[in-house]
Amino acid sequence: MRWDFASVFENTDALLVGAAGTLRIFAICLVLGLSLGLLVGLGRYSRNRWLHIPATIFVEFFRNTPVLVQILWFYFALPILLPFQITPLAAASLGIALNSAAFSAEIYRGGIQSIETGQWDGARALGMGWGQAMRRIILPQALKRMLPALTNRAIEIFKMSTLASAVAYVELLQQGKLIASLNYNPIEAYTAVAVIFFIFLWPLVQFSYFLERRLRRDE
Amino acid sequence: MTILSVSGLTKRFGATDVLRGIDLEVARGERIAILGASGSGKSTLLRCLNFMERPGGGTITLDGQMLGREGRTAERTYRESELIQVRQRVGMVFQQFNLFPHMTAIGNVMEGLRTVRGMPRPEAAARAAAELARVGLAEKADTYPAHLSGGQKQRVAIARALAMDPEMLLFDEPTSALDPELVGEVLAVILALAEEGRTMMLVTHELGFAYHVATRIIFLADGAIHEQGTPDEVLKNPKKERTRAFLASHKQFSF
Amino acid sequence: MAYQWDFSPVLANSALLAEGLANTLRITGTALVCGVVLGLALALLRLSPRRFLSWPAGFVIEVFRTTPPLVQLFWFFFALPTLVGIEMTPFVAGAVTFSIQSASFFAEVFRAGIQSIERGQWDGARAIGMRHDQAMRRIILPQAIKRMIPAFMERAIELMKTTTLIATISYADLLFAANEISQKTFRPLETYTVVALIYFVVIFLASQIAHLVERRLARSGESTVH
Repeated sequence: MRWDFASVFENTDALLVGAAGTLRIFAICLVLGLSLGLLVGLGRYSRNRWLHIPATIFVEFFRNTPVLVQILWFYFALPILLPFQITPLAAASLGIALNSAAFSAEIYRGGIQSIETGQWDGARALGMGWGQAMRRIILPQALKRMLPALTNRAIEIFKMSTLASAVAYVELLQQGKLIASLNYNPIEAYTAVAVIFFIFLWPLVQFSYFLERRLRRDE
Repeated sequence: MTILSVSGLTKRFGATDVLRGIDLEVARGERIAILGASGSGKSTLLRCLNFMERPGGGTITLDGQMLGREGRTAERTYRESELIQVRQRVGMVFQQFNLFPHMTAIGNVMEGLRTVRGMPRPEAAARAAAELARVGLAEKADTYPAHLSGGQKQRVAIARALAMDPEMLLFDEPTSALDPELVGEVLAVILALAEEGRTMMLVTHELGFAYHVATRIIFLADGAIHEQGTPDEVLKNPKKERTRAFLASHKQFSF
Repeated sequence: MAYQWDFSPVLANSALLAEGLANTLRITGTALVCGVVLGLALALLRLSPRRFLSWPAGFVIEVFRTTPPLVQLFWFFFALPTLVGIEMTPFVAGAVTFSIQSASFFAEVFRAGIQSIERGQWDGARAIGMRHDQAMRRIILPQAIKRMIPAFMERAIELMKTTTLIATISYADLLFAANEISQKTFRPLETYTVVALIYFVVIFLASQIAHLVERRLARSGESTVH
């Protein structure tokens, strides 16, 4: 059979627009997800019931519901309650970011808990408050251990960006669908999209392997 | 009657020459204790004899049959199927026992007979029970290794090796991982095997035991045989300086 | 004026919801079984010292872990039929996609589990004359599988969430039912809320069972790999 990649190359503009959309939603969800995740993670770590219980509910709910369901809820259901429209980008970002926050919360919690209590003792013996100890002593050490898992989270977020196509947000897969339907070449179009994702993610995946190896070696 | 003959055995790991030319003849019924400091190559030598490690240069002849084939280089090549046959004839007992934790004691002893020899279950079970009785653990047949003491585990390991009817037994520091009070029960089993006339090679730090059990002592240093002879010769009247120093460091805190 | 919640139209369609849930479980179950079997095969191939076996396996694993599942699904549903000239129903496309995709992750769990078995076990097996495959089958795998169970359950739960993607190619799973009902009843808020809750309950229960199994294993002294 004839492979028609020419039509794909003719549509590089469309693909570039898609790539930009993918990178945009990736950046939004990465920043939102990982920073909200830190707050929730600290809440999970806390022994204070008023922080721990809401954080736990958040984590359990957003880890145990599929992201696509959340995205569609934010896009179709939420606008009913609010006086304004929710854009595809907002709906998809909310779904992916909250999901990522829930997962990264557990990564943060695990990382912080893995730092032995002796470090806390040392910090407090110098007169540091909780916030200072966390910021200057605990988190810097924990971060190194959490880096492989957080990198994996970033990879997952990048892959989840494709779900935004379900609400017609313009990212790579959405553009792939467009090209396929205009040129009747689904094979080339979707193969091209897959290859582009692979090219983007491969270095990140290799980097996460490198981090894991380095962590194993240092532990 | 020579059962095992080693000639010019060498072995390299990476950039290190661990064995630098070992020549050795073992006669049937001989009991050889191999002594030496760590890094002298004792374990590597033993592991080459049942091909758990592939020898580098040199030859190993078992019962008159030289193993392996001539390769394109100076080193011989060995086919795994041939080595598997050798391992059924030369049994090994490990420092860390290496029992299979998901099988009972009798399950461990039977495993070689069933899976490797293809023996039917009832026959294998009967044979395994006999071997466990021989090492004094008949009543522990259905116990899992997790519930056995170190000494019991090692005795099961010995039974497992014996079940294969080996022509020769290799013991790689069999008591080094045991609590001191458990060492005796394992040594007693090995002594009993010795009195049966079994051919064995024993890497050990138990100098007293070596003196009583061995017919020959080999002292290894830097991957070569530094001194060998009868227990009286090597342990009581060592001729070489390094042998003397080694023995002295072992006697440092004896009382 | 506050919004008037009304769940009755949604509950009136509970037959559709039930059917959707059944289909969700069907695709998840199929992909899970196929994925585990295929994952073991991929892992063993990956561990093989023969490069013509380990490289293709490694290629499949890397490709399916490094590309988004939705792209894979679209490829199998839209692209493959044109390439090979066969009919692809949404279920088959989903089953194939999720089987291979989950297999790639299961393969890594298997590989980690097998490699976590200490070398002494290989020594013990070889010393009594076992071949490589005998040692793997009788000694290594039985021990490895016990350790891998928590990681498996984790990935199985992930799979349950990933299969919702099949709604985008019009397979009548629970999410697709949500779409339909929401359009029929003009009550997207109630519909999607109910569906989200159903998903939550099912998956939460599954992960609680997984936690229980993990705790039981931890108590019996088994170490686990992730």
